[in-house]
Amino acid sequence: MSHQPSAMSLVRFTLNGAVVDITAHPLKRLLDVLREECGLTGTKEGCGEGECGACTVLVNGEPVCACLVPFAHARDAEVLTIEGLHGDHPLQRAFVLEGGAQCGICTPGMILAALVLGENPPIEKLRAGLAGNLCRCTGYEAIYRSVATAWNDGDVAAKRRGAGAGA
Amino acid sequence: MRTAITPLQLLEPKTLVTALKMLRNDGPLTPLAGCTDLYVGLNFGTLPAKRYLDLSRLGPLRRIRMEAETLVIGATATYTDIIGSRHVRRRIPMLVSAAREVGGPQIQNRGTLGGNIANGSPAGDTLPVLAAAEAVVALESVDGLRKVPFTGFYTGYRTSVMRPDELIVAIEIPVIDGAQWFRKVGTRAAQAISKVVMAAVRASRPRVALGSVAATVVRLPRTEAALAGGAGMAEAQRVLMDEIHPIDDVRSTAEYRKQVSANLLARFWAETG
Repeated sequence: MSHQPSAMSLVRFTLNGAVVDITAHPLKRLLDVLREECGLTGTKEGCGEGECGACTVLVNGEPVCACLVPFAHARDAEVLTIEGLHGDHPLQRAFVLEGGAQCGICTPGMILAALVLGENPPIEKLRAGLAGNLCRCTGYEAIYRSVATAWNDGDVAAKRRGAGAGA
Repeated sequence: MRTAITPLQLLEPKTLVTALKMLRNDGPLTPLAGCTDLYVGLNFGTLPAKRYLDLSRLGPLRRIRMEAETLVIGATATYTDIIGSRHVRRRIPMLVSAAREVGGPQIQNRGTLGGNIANGSPAGDTLPVLAAAEAVVALESVDGLRKVPFTGFYTGYRTSVMRPDELIVAIEIPVIDGAQWFRKVGTRAAQAISKVVMAAVRASRPRVALGSVAATVVRLPRTEAALAGGAGMAEAQRVLMDEIHPIDDVRSTAEYRKQVSANLLARFWAETG
């Protein structure tokens, strides 16, 4: 059979809890489909080679680099991007309060990679779980602190009040 | 992304039989599964292939199972699958160690054992493990199944005995007697390509395999014979440093690789004695 470029594929998948039908080339990177076809620009491109984890999204509950996933592999899958956390997730609040975000490019990927570690992960699990996410602002301690305190509602609420009073 | 996607073609078979027919009749096709190596090339614009074969819909290819005393790992089993498999943990813990050091969680969730073999990088983390395990690669085409000893799989830098119409369908791990040992030396624990990677088995006939020191993964028959013959460690290390011929490259120097390989041999022997 001679070479025939693939036609655009209609792919049905679940995006942040809603079933969507998206049309794109089956080999287009999931990263680009999310940003362009779906208009969700919270997923960032860092290195484009699976080294930095900035484009991390969850596919069927597992963190993956969206720059290394062909769109065809989204078929029937559940995809969660940072937009699916609606801005008020405990991890997101903690990253704000603890200074876990500096330039912010790694942040969506960090939060999604941290999300699968469950509440209050021990530090070794946290380090291993975020080993695939690089922060070029070298903010790892603040990032670890953000995840470590995210689930401690009392602390976060107290700090929020403190931050408000100081502002 | 430095590759124009629009001219590319993806075939998406739902069964192995269909996939093998496509490889035979519609080739040449580049198989893809986890895409953790392939998409790096695609992103960099360095991948010449225009036509691809998706293996992700072939569910049975991902299974890990026991067949009598042989552990059979499906080609598209991911590193995460391998880490989580009780069969793998029990039979070949050095493969679990290797899988844990491939990339980070994102890569382990997608990358596959068959892909590590097919990609054929001399630095592939699992390859010394398969060499030390004396694994067997199961290749299938429309003509049927054939089995190739892993130590005879590669013919040179990123070349192998696999034909273009064949697919790696499984990796078979025989019973391994003796203590297993694995160590990867890289710039950092995660997300680093190895400078030297060693897998070894301590048995009456010791087995030592190294990655990143030659054009392919290598076993060290002379070093193994020295150890089996009761040579002291200093002597065995001299044999090893004479036996391997690593190169200088962006990740390390030949001299460093030789010295580290010798150090790893001593550590393997001390930790399994």
